[in-house]
Amino acid sequence: MRSIADQIPIADGLFTWPSNDPRLLGSKCADCGVVTFPAQSGCPACCGEDTEAIELERKGKLWTWTIQGFLPNRPPYEGPETPETFKPFGVGYVELPNQVRVETRIQTEDIAKLRIGMEMDLVVEKFIERDGKDIIAYFFRPADES
Amino acid sequence: MDVAIIGIGIHPFGRTEGVTGLEQGVHAAREALKDVGLDWNDMEFAYGGSSAAGNADSMVSKLGLTGLQFINVSNGCATGGSALQSAYMAIQSGMFDIGMAVGFDKHPRGAFTVNPEASGLGKWYGDIGMALTPQFFGMKIQRYMHEYDISEDTLIRVAVKNFRNGAKNPNAWRRNGFSYDDVAQSQMVCHPLRKYMFCSPAEGGCAMILCRADKAKQFTSNPVFLKAVAVKTRQFGSFEVFSQSQALERAPAPTVQASTAAFEMAGIGPEDIDVAQLQDTESGAEIMHMAENGFCADGDQEKWLHEGYTEIDGKLPVNTDGGCLANGEPVGASGLRQVYEICLQLRGEAGERQVPNSPKTGYTHVYGAPGLSGVTIMAA
Ligand SMILES: [Zn+2]
Repeated sequence: MRSIADQIPIADGLFTWPSNDPRLLGSKCADCGVVTFPAQSGCPACCGEDTEAIELERKGKLWTWTIQGFLPNRPPYEGPETPETFKPFGVGYVELPNQVRVETRIQTEDIAKLRIGMEMDLVVEKFIERDGKDIIAYFFRPADES
Repeated sequence: MDVAIIGIGIHPFGRTEGVTGLEQGVHAAREALKDVGLDWNDMEFAYGGSSAAGNADSMVSKLGLTGLQFINVSNGCATGGSALQSAYMAIQSGMFDIGMAVGFDKHPRGAFTVNPEASGLGKWYGDIGMALTPQFFGMKIQRYMHEYDISEDTLIRVAVKNFRNGAKNPNAWRRNGFSYDDVAQSQMVCHPLRKYMFCSPAEGGCAMILCRADKAKQFTSNPVFLKAVAVKTRQFGSFEVFSQSQALERAPAPTVQASTAAFEMAGIGPEDIDVAQLQDTESGAEIMHMAENGFCADGDQEKWLHEGYTEIDGKLPVNTDGGCLANGEPVGASGLRQVYEICLQLRGEAGERQVPNSPKTGYTHVYGAPGLSGVTIMAA
C-alpha cells in the first residue's frame, strides 16, 4: 500500500481526497436544487449561475449498465490492459437517492451478475500506475462484494 | 415559399480505396446535376459538410469556380440534415431560387475515436474508458428493454431486416444479407448489442438540388416537396451520449422535439407517413426511434418487428435502403442518404426495394452526438 502522497486523483475535483471515506463531488443549484456531477459553475436545468459544491451519496442503485466488450482506442484510453490481457468491464449509471445518476465504471468479480436495480457502493482505488505513483479513480461495486 | 428537391446524386457507400471523401462528394454533386439536367453554373448557393474528410467548399476547385455562395456546415451526425435545412431556409427566405446541399465523409476503420476535451468533457473521462459511443447505445437500449419488455429477438430482427434491404440496394456497403444466426451469434460488443447490430464508420457522398417549389416543374416532371425540416438539440433531463451524470427526472429526447415540430410544420401526423428512414446506428436505436418519432407506442416494437410491419411491404417500411447498418456511417453523408432514398421511393425509382402502391409521403430522422436530432417530411 502506497502512502497517500503517492496516490494522485485522475482529475481534480471529482472526489474528496485525501480521505479515508472519499465522496464524489457534485454541485447543487441554489435556485432550482438540481444536482450535477462533476461539479459545474452553471445550472443545466434553469440556466442559473449560483451553484454550490456538495458531497454525493456513496450508495445507490444501478439504473442501467453495459459491458465494454473490446479494448478502447488509445488515445484516449489509458487503462493498463493489453489486447492479450483485456477483460470486458462494466459501465453504468448509479442512481444516488434524491441527487443524480452518475456514470461510472463498475468493479465486480462477476460481470454476469449485473442487473438493473442492484445496490452499489462507491469505491475510490487505483486505476493505473504512472511515474511511480498510483493514479486513483472512482468506481462503483455491487454492495454484496463490499 | 415551398421548397422542392429536383435532383439527387450519390456516391456508393462503403469503402472506395484511392478516392478521397471530397472526391466522393464531387461525384455525388455531379450525379445530382445530371439527374435534373442542370450545370454547376446554375447553382446560386451550396451548403455542405463532412466531419472527417475536409472542407466542403474546397469542392469548387473541382466543380468550377463560379463564385457562388458556399457555406460549410459542421454539426456532428446531423451535418447532412443541417446542410439540407440551411438550403431549405435559403430558398424559403426568398434570397435564392436554386442551390445544392451536399455531404460526404471518409472515416478510418474501427470504432470512432473521441476527443473528450473537444466535447467539453474532462480528459479523465477518456482516460478511464467511458468516452465511447457504443456504451451509450448499450446502456440506453438496456434500460429501454427493461422498461418496455423488448426482447433480444427484436434487436436481431431489426438488423436482419436492414441487411436484407441493403442486399437490394446497389449503393449499399454490406450486401451479403446477414442471417438471423449470423447476427445472433456475432460477438457481444456492448451488452446487449452485438457486432452485427452496429453500423461501422464508412465512406460515401450524397447531394441534392433544391429549388423554389413554384419553379420545380420547369426542371423536372417528378419533384419531391420538402414539407418540413427541423433540427433540435437536447434539453435538460434527456438521456444523451457522453453524459457524466443524468437528471433524476427524464425529459423527452431531442428526436421527440424534432419530430413533433416537423409534424406540426407539415400539418400531418405519423399515421400519414408511407415510408420512413430512422437513424439505426445500432438495432436498439431503430427500435427506440420508432417510438420517439411517434410511429408506435413504447413497447409495441416487439409486435411490429414480429409481424413485419416495418418490412418493405409492411404498413410502415423503415430503412428500405438498409439504413446505417447496411450502408455504414459516413457522418457527413448519412442524413442526405436518407433523403435520397425517400426521393427514390416517392419517384417510384427504388427498383427491387420499391415500396408498393406508390408511396406519397416520406420521413427521415437522424440522431447524433452530443444529443441532436434532425427530421424531414417529404411529399411527392
Ligand atoms: Zn438551477
